[in-house]
Amino acid sequence: MPESPSFTESTQPPSSHASRAVTIVNEHGLHARPIMQLVDLSNRFQSRITVRKGEQIVDGKSPMEIMLLEAVRGTELVLIAEGPDASEAVNALAKLVASGFNEEGV
Amino acid sequence: MEISKGISVSPGIAIAEALVLDAEDYRIPTRYVPAEEVPHEIELLDRAISASLVELKEKRDRLAKNYGNDTAAIFDFHAGVLQDPKLKKDLEELLVEKLCSAAYAVSRTFLALQRRFNNMRDPVFAQRVRDIQDIEKRLLRHLLGEEREDLEHLTKSVILVAHDLPPSLCAGLDKTKVVGVATDVGGLTSHTAIVLRSLGIPAVIGLSDFTRNVSGGELVVVDGRRSLAIANPDLDSIRRYESEIQRLGVFTVELEELKSLPAETLDGQAIQLLGNIEFPHEAQGCLDQGAEGIGLFRTEYLFIGSPTPPDENEQYEAYKTAIKIMGDRTVTIRTMDLGADKYLKTSDWEPERNPFLGLRSIRYCLRNLDMFKVQLRAILRSSVHGNIRIMFPLIINLMELRQAKMALYDAMEDLEEMGVEFKRDIPVGIMVETPAAVILCKEFVREADFISIGTNDLIQYTLAVDRSNEKVAPLFTASHPAVIRLIKQVISTAAKADIDCGLCGEIAGEPLYTLLLLGLGLQQFSMPAVDIPEVKQIIRSTRMPHARKVAREALRFETDRQVHNYLRDETRKLLPPEAV
Repeated sequence: MPESPSFTESTQPPSSHASRAVTIVNEHGLHARPIMQLVDLSNRFQSRITVRKGEQIVDGKSPMEIMLLEAVRGTELVLIAEGPDASEAVNALAKLVASGFNEEGV
Repeated sequence: MEISKGISVSPGIAIAEALVLDAEDYRIPTRYVPAEEVPHEIELLDRAISASLVELKEKRDRLAKNYGNDTAAIFDFHAGVLQDPKLKKDLEELLVEKLCSAAYAVSRTFLALQRRFNNMRDPVFAQRVRDIQDIEKRLLRHLLGEEREDLEHLTKSVILVAHDLPPSLCAGLDKTKVVGVATDVGGLTSHTAIVLRSLGIPAVIGLSDFTRNVSGGELVVVDGRRSLAIANPDLDSIRRYESEIQRLGVFTVELEELKSLPAETLDGQAIQLLGNIEFPHEAQGCLDQGAEGIGLFRTEYLFIGSPTPPDENEQYEAYKTAIKIMGDRTVTIRTMDLGADKYLKTSDWEPERNPFLGLRSIRYCLRNLDMFKVQLRAILRSSVHGNIRIMFPLIINLMELRQAKMALYDAMEDLEEMGVEFKRDIPVGIMVETPAAVILCKEFVREADFISIGTNDLIQYTLAVDRSNEKVAPLFTASHPAVIRLIKQVISTAAKADIDCGLCGEIAGEPLYTLLLLGLGLQQFSMPAVDIPEVKQIIRSTRMPHARKVAREALRFETDRQVHNYLRDETRKLLPPEAV
């Protein structure tokens, strides 16, 4: 699992921090509706959530910033969470992305 | 007095004071504020955001009711951006550190965002700049209190004059107050044009620089019958238009009474008048106007109105809704006519040099078979609810028709395997909308159960004129002798083969062409619901031998001007003069 180099050293307990690489699979990429699904889900967690694309790192609770990532289908993103529910957050978010945001044509 | 010629998207005439919407150009009175004003500016910003959110919620709910949740979801994103923590932080930084006024902070922040969207590589993402502008305008309106922009609480009738109208604005128009619309840009097939037409607001678009001729409060005429907009009309024109509106009102009342009468010539030739629809709920409007069926259900609007393509179930529900409204009347479902100027917002979309000659319509479907089959399955499933026909657009050769049919059989097999019910004997037809299809019509009628002439594309491809290009739009006319001869050829080929032949282009609903088409032997006219009564009026006031004579005469002319003038004169004899 490729991880952001800046986070590789801090995975020991008390684990307040998790990350996972995901690929955008839905046909239309990360556009308005999936973004809102992602942000709504992020907001359910206390952890600080960030999304990394290449060198760009943006707030996972900011729809505008995520839209600006221009994540078309096939884009690789890294989901990063820091906080008490970090691993739950990353799991849930990765699952949502992998499901193609429950869209047709995946 | 300034007269501008544009493209009429919705017929009718209106005179009223102009309400001019500035494009991006908001005047921001104060750019910087003294430090002690900062908390106040922050409060103003918060209030503007809350007010915008309330407004968006209302808009969303209204849109969801009319067009479904998918279209409405666009506004969820708008609301999401307004609550965006990063955006809020950026704005407050400008307020606190740079002592910007709230309005100036909004303007600066959004300008920077617009630049970033404009620099995007993916065209679909880049198009989101329109949403960004929409959000900015909403915020600025709340901050600056531009009352004249408050379209939802108008106290008197106005004509909306704008460079362009965003889709969100159009859906919320109050047609009792906004009596007409005139815009500088816009295409006939834009979502905006379609919404205006279904609202029945007289509208002329593509007027180039009309906004420059008009200031708010000045008198404006929108003449959807002649595709004109007039700024500051002189007294004479005002009188003429006022009496025309009055006479049209009387005429409209007479047309109302026609709704329940049959579309039949004086000598008893029955003609089928059908409706064209874009959204399922419009079927009701067709019934109300006396349509005997749907001759054209343009399904691509289910796709382009939404940020993601609808799945099989959503499509099935849409088709079912229209079919159920129509009862046992025929509903002709045209498979998606995407491409050219109607794009799906997919990530693999690439701009084409000549989109109208490019990967559009049936070509697009045959290239994206999975998506096509989803639609075909949805259509097939809906077939059990009534009488449908399936129509493939832009067919230029037999291979395409055979491949499309093959996809249909595949979809049937899929459903069979799943044990899902559908009708097997659905008529399958094609649109004839290129010179190639006209010339090969004899071959097509052997393999198609019916055909329908799409004159909008047929004219464009015959005359090589893009009518959304205002520089050549005047060349676009169905009166061109080449066009009417092609139409004649198709109608007689279909008659010889004894298959149904309809016409679902705009001229089906234009009274000017009714006699001609009737005389050429057309028996199915498919048009927007609003046009049905007027066409019926003409059919009911003529006899077939007369219509045939008009067609013969019209075919003898050498120029479109002659054809047009002749048809106008003949039609005027049947209708009150202001109707033509």
